[in-house]
Amino acid sequence: MQMHSLAFDISHTLAGGLVLISFMMLYQDRLYSLLNVFALHAVVLALSVAWQAYIQDAPHLYITAVIALVFKAIVIPVALHRIVKQLGIHRDIESAVSIGLTMLAGMALVALSMVLMLRVTADADPLAREDLAFALSVVLLGLLVMVTRRNAVSQVVGFMSLENGLVLAATGAKGMPLVVEISVAFSILIAFIVIGIFLFRIRERFDSVDVSALDDYRGERR
Amino acid sequence: MTMASLDPVAAVLLIPIVSAALLAVLPGYRLTARLNVVASLLTFVSALSLFVIERPQPGPYVLVDDLNIVFIVLNTFVGFTTSIFSASYIAHELETGRLTPVYLRFYHAMYQTMMFGMNLAFVSNNIGLMWVAVEIATLTTVLMVGIYRTHAALEAAWKYFILGSVGIAFALFGTILVYMAARPIVGEGQDGMIWTLLIQHAAAFDPALLNVAFIFLFLGYGTKVGLAPLHAWLPDAHAEGPTPISAVLSGLLLNVALYALLRFKILLAANPDAIAPGPLMVTMGLVSLIFAAFMLYRRRDIKRLFAYSSIEHMGIIVFAFGMGGPLANFAGLLHMVMHSLTKSAIFYAVGHISQIKGTQRINRIRGLTVTHPALGWGFVVGVVAIAGLPPLGIFMSEFLIVSSTFARQPLLAIALVFGLLLAFGALTLRLTSVAFGEPRGSTASAEASYVPMLAHIALVLCAGIYLPTPLVVWFQHVARLLG
Repeated sequence: MQMHSLAFDISHTLAGGLVLISFMMLYQDRLYSLLNVFALHAVVLALSVAWQAYIQDAPHLYITAVIALVFKAIVIPVALHRIVKQLGIHRDIESAVSIGLTMLAGMALVALSMVLMLRVTADADPLAREDLAFALSVVLLGLLVMVTRRNAVSQVVGFMSLENGLVLAATGAKGMPLVVEISVAFSILIAFIVIGIFLFRIRERFDSVDVSALDDYRGERR
Repeated sequence: MTMASLDPVAAVLLIPIVSAALLAVLPGYRLTARLNVVASLLTFVSALSLFVIERPQPGPYVLVDDLNIVFIVLNTFVGFTTSIFSASYIAHELETGRLTPVYLRFYHAMYQTMMFGMNLAFVSNNIGLMWVAVEIATLTTVLMVGIYRTHAALEAAWKYFILGSVGIAFALFGTILVYMAARPIVGEGQDGMIWTLLIQHAAAFDPALLNVAFIFLFLGYGTKVGLAPLHAWLPDAHAEGPTPISAVLSGLLLNVALYALLRFKILLAANPDAIAPGPLMVTMGLVSLIFAAFMLYRRRDIKRLFAYSSIEHMGIIVFAFGMGGPLANFAGLLHMVMHSLTKSAIFYAVGHISQIKGTQRINRIRGLTVTHPALGWGFVVGVVAIAGLPPLGIFMSEFLIVSSTFARQPLLAIALVFGLLLAFGALTLRLTSVAFGEPRGSTASAEASYVPMLAHIALVLCAGIYLPTPLVVWFQHVARLLG
């Protein structure tokens, strides 16, 4: 019982740490520091996944942990660092909304996911339950990063942190099949996108992910 | 599960993926365009053979049932005709230098990979695998939308990627939640993701968890269906990519997401305590229909016009499936097939038109029926069909949807008819200016094959006049499955 509650505490701490680091991402105003925080996010994810692999006795999850560590904590941040340098966009990030408002929205999202997930999973075992609540928080915070940033690189960082939340959820769901395959599929997706940013030099900020942007271009605004 | 019975399923998946690898390395337009057509034809033939062979037992990964056969056959058929259209379209793009040979190889390889992804999504019996397959199909279309590398194309591809990924992330979260709901009943591991097992035990699942899961799945896959207000990627992706891709996006990829949604709807319906997915789908469907119908009036770009029309029709289809019941489901299914055929035919026509005129601006295209009779009249019939006029197939399915709604929810039917009339007005307005009047723009003749377009239109016309009894029986059976 003692051992069990220790296992619970550690995975709880790691998952909570992910939420905290997601919050840290919200207020980074430079691309380099955003990338560093993301690398930290990936390291904590790798630890969390490895811990789940250990307590669930599921060795295949170590693969996911290694992918998170090598690919997301090292390869991608380094590659993005170089891209940022080459594109010459290591200035401030313009976020669409002020930091204070973003943080408030972040808190609201975390509260929402706690209320939602803890209520509906009342019967599930507590470990999976809280893991899922934390994971949804990370997903929603990643979404918030994507919405408030307009730079292509920081949108990708937001997407990757969102995806970290999904991996957290998938590993927390005990015995879920295809977790490794899904994390590989995500890595491929991200690699494609990073290569895309590099090849096509997506440096200009697309002002919004809103349909009106191309309406202007196509002369469809009145 | 004998090997012989597995073969067509394997062929539907293997032919596209093998030819994708071949097309990535083979040089030359003539050879690759033909190979693309042949591969698509072979895939279609193997899909057809699913009708006659003994079906494989549902395994952990593969499932063939009456529902997905309809989708697979439609998918591979439109994939085949689009490959013919694509051959003549791409030849022109090579001439004008918009595509280089390297990108052509990439294009063909991606085309077949996309077919692979879509077919895999249809045959998968595993909700995790289905998710991966939808992701593959999405990724390949993102890459193809951006293939012209103009500023607008890259922006469209980027927007598609961002919104598509968010959608796909929500869908994965929903999938995980379904697994969580299934785990206490079905057991840990693989079994908790096998759809046929899930459906057997769905009644015992925790309803609260299933409800939340469905909300995420609905938002996730609904983004890919193009339901308003999650549709923002769709018009741009249609307008900026190559036209064959617009045709498969509208005709096929939206159906893939819809299929995923239907699978989960059936799952939810099997649990008596879970929320009914119907009202949610009806609302989103109506919102999409009416929103898109209004948006149709403001379009200046011909491909964006028909992209909004796709949102409108997906809205109608989701509405019909949301209403449920044998008649509405039958009508929804029929409407989906008719929309795929008609919309891809229209995009074939639009592809030739924009190549001849060198523009997609509606006000620079006039008098098509005078200068290009075959193309112009084909386009006219296509638009008349999509606007829902008799005697074409879409009229029949829309009539069935409206009449079945009137019998049950007259108020909803009024909103539905309002949306339909609105869209009809917008389309006829645009049609008259494009097809008739003083010719404007280039009058050069097109070196193109109109066979795919005419074949689709002929099918839609036939379906409008007479539906073969076996087809009706089949659709009725599937409609009952959908509950």
